[in-house]
Amino acid sequence: MKGPDEEASGAGPIELAVGQSAPVKSTPGRESAATNVSPELLERAQAGDHHAFAEIYALHKRRIYSLCLRMLGNAAEAEDLTQEAFLQLHRKIGTFRGESAFSTWLHRLAINVVLMRLRKKGLQLISLDEAMEPTAEERPGRSFGTDDLSLTGAIDRLALQRAIDDLPAGYRLIFMLHDIEGYEHNEIADMLKCSIGNSKSQLHKARLKLRDALRIQSREEGR
Amino acid sequence: MTSEVPKSISCAEFQAQLPDLIGAGDSAADHPHVRECALCRELLENLETIAEAARQLFPEVEPPDDLWDQIDSAIKEDEKGKGELAN
Repeated sequence: MKGPDEEASGAGPIELAVGQSAPVKSTPGRESAATNVSPELLERAQAGDHHAFAEIYALHKRRIYSLCLRMLGNAAEAEDLTQEAFLQLHRKIGTFRGESAFSTWLHRLAINVVLMRLRKKGLQLISLDEAMEPTAEERPGRSFGTDDLSLTGAIDRLALQRAIDDLPAGYRLIFMLHDIEGYEHNEIADMLKCSIGNSKSQLHKARLKLRDALRIQSREEGR
Repeated sequence: MTSEVPKSISCAEFQAQLPDLIGAGDSAADHPHVRECALCRELLENLETIAEAARQLFPEVEPPDDLWDQIDSAIKEDEKGKGELAN
């Protein structure tokens, strides 16, 4: 699966400071000046004003399309899901009561559309057995060895993209929701109807798998 | 495998706890075992580095210009369908 922004971001390494501090997580669907929907605009859209709804689309299209593209990794499906998300929004906008920021509410609505599509595609979002009983190669302690290679410094963009694409579907989903979209484990557990421990476990395994994949690639390049 | 420095818990025990610690802000990096163990510190740094690098892989992109036309048509179809059901 090709990365959504492969062409735009190039194929070079991602430079990271050695031993940098914990990464700053984004807030899902965070409201910014660029996506701020005024109460007046929202009210008009809720009253059925088509132009107001088009304005809301213009403000949020980038964020929602990018979310769909990241989660599906396919432009045609991302367009389809963006359409579905805004169709759902049109049906449900009257039910928005302002208990959370509008952009957060819309982001969550779009995530639900994505999850429904993934379920339709037969993706087993969560496998409890897989999560609770790690294979021998995933058990703690496996990560270390005399040939251990440090990953701090530069990470090859394409290698990382490939490693993410190769993750088992459930791991990839939780990795994307937590590390890329910025959801907390309790929110993921709620969305996926799984336990918080399960979400944590799958995220950890996803990261270990990515690390292993990058180390293998690094080792092969060093030969 | 454990390093030579005596620690309150082993590397294996610490790594077993990692799923609970990750995503919990700075708490994993502040764990006493991490302060003492270079190997586990490196593991943690690696995992954080990967997460940060992954975030840089997925910037926001614009949808195609004609997507709104498709959505607009779908909304009109939807409204038409609702109208027919009501009649």
